[in-house]
Amino acid sequence: MKPAPFKYIAASSLHHALSLKAEYGDEARFLAGGQSLIPAMNFRLARPTALIDINGLNELARIERSQDGEIRVGALTRYRALERDSAFLKNCPLFADALPHIAHPQIRNRGTIGGNLSHADPASELPAIAVAMQARMRIKSAKGERQVVASEFFQGLLTTDLQAHEMLVEIAFPAAPARTGTCFMEVARRRGDFAICGVAAVVTVDDQGRCSQLRLVLCGVGDAPVDASAAAASLMGRHASGEAIEAVAADVQGMIEPSGNVHATPDYQRHIAGVLTQRAVGAALERVRDAA
Amino acid sequence: MQPEPHDIELSVNGTTYRRAVESRILLSDFLRHDLLLAGTHVGCEHGVCGACTILLDGSPVRSCLMLAVQANGHELSTVEGLANSDGELHPVQQAMHDHHGLQCGYCTAGILMTMTAFLQENPLPSEHEVREALSGNLCRCTGYQNIVDAMLAAAQAMRTAAP
Repeated sequence: MKPAPFKYIAASSLHHALSLKAEYGDEARFLAGGQSLIPAMNFRLARPTALIDINGLNELARIERSQDGEIRVGALTRYRALERDSAFLKNCPLFADALPHIAHPQIRNRGTIGGNLSHADPASELPAIAVAMQARMRIKSAKGERQVVASEFFQGLLTTDLQAHEMLVEIAFPAAPARTGTCFMEVARRRGDFAICGVAAVVTVDDQGRCSQLRLVLCGVGDAPVDASAAAASLMGRHASGEAIEAVAADVQGMIEPSGNVHATPDYQRHIAGVLTQRAVGAALERVRDAA
Repeated sequence: MQPEPHDIELSVNGTTYRRAVESRILLSDFLRHDLLLAGTHVGCEHGVCGACTILLDGSPVRSCLMLAVQANGHELSTVEGLANSDGELHPVQQAMHDHHGLQCGYCTAGILMTMTAFLQENPLPSEHEVREALSGNLCRCTGYQNIVDAMLAAAQAMRTAAP
């Protein structure tokens, strides 16, 4: 046995889980996939008084498509379920690029999208993708419900907008406009390791093939996902030439302040960010052309 | 805090067990210490090495990243259940033996559980897919080459046995 003692409660309904959280507040943690929480508890870096197990709440593990094309993913949906849902991957192709980078099959069989986003690891792929896709986070508590956009949800190192009594219950990904291409790329020391740097690119072009929107969000190079979309301002209304994309990549390199880690110096992370930006934007544009 | 036992009932390799467990007992420790199924090995205990991999309702998971109480009502498979009751090895075990896919053997149980599930899902894997599937299991002895050889041979044996 590794974790410090705690009280275990298997929630019988979402209402039950939220009432327990209202009662225990910060002292309790929700147990979803447990792939980040249990290691932290095994190291005793986390010592919750109570664990509220939400694994039985099947209503939180659904993927739905609304009439306007929005994809709504329940927080308890496991990576593996996303990976195996071809309709979901077709609608949210950034996930098709990113999921193979997330740890290993054994972890993906347990880990959940809501757990990942609530944990807010800065090297994790999904927070960057949620910001790039302008996802809306649906948050519930015993008292009510609210929504917050992904860019405001992530507030810093392992820190989100979630309050002590709240749970992230659903993530809604709006349908992409026509002529949109996406790409996620990352570099890690080995496949499945934490990203040294990752880049999510979402490009929309007009009917003349000129860039009308480009969102660029990076993981692994800050305390939270880094939105570097401003670097693409020079591309708007223009056809993206190789030189123009290179200039965007250089701007991204200037915007980020990576802190370095055991596998990479800040300069190396900056270098990778530039290379990946160039490749990801190029690939996203190519996908728009291929789809046309 | 006083330990609060939880009554659980689960199936491991087809046998039903009923036990009372403290909430903080990890599934890996429960299998080894309570059920005395010590074939599941415990390496890093934080989800990195894969030695403790078991099948939960048929899917490989890290048993060190689950609580025993969470296994209540589930069906588990461990390395003890791989061979036939008459002792005939599972094709994946036999191939590991034939290809010298283990040296110290510490990681082997986890690799066997990961790869039996993988080969059931993908009976005709490429070498790249085998390496990808193995990526969550660390082996410090073999350099992996013999394990990869064993898995490709096991895939063929399993295809021949159940075409």
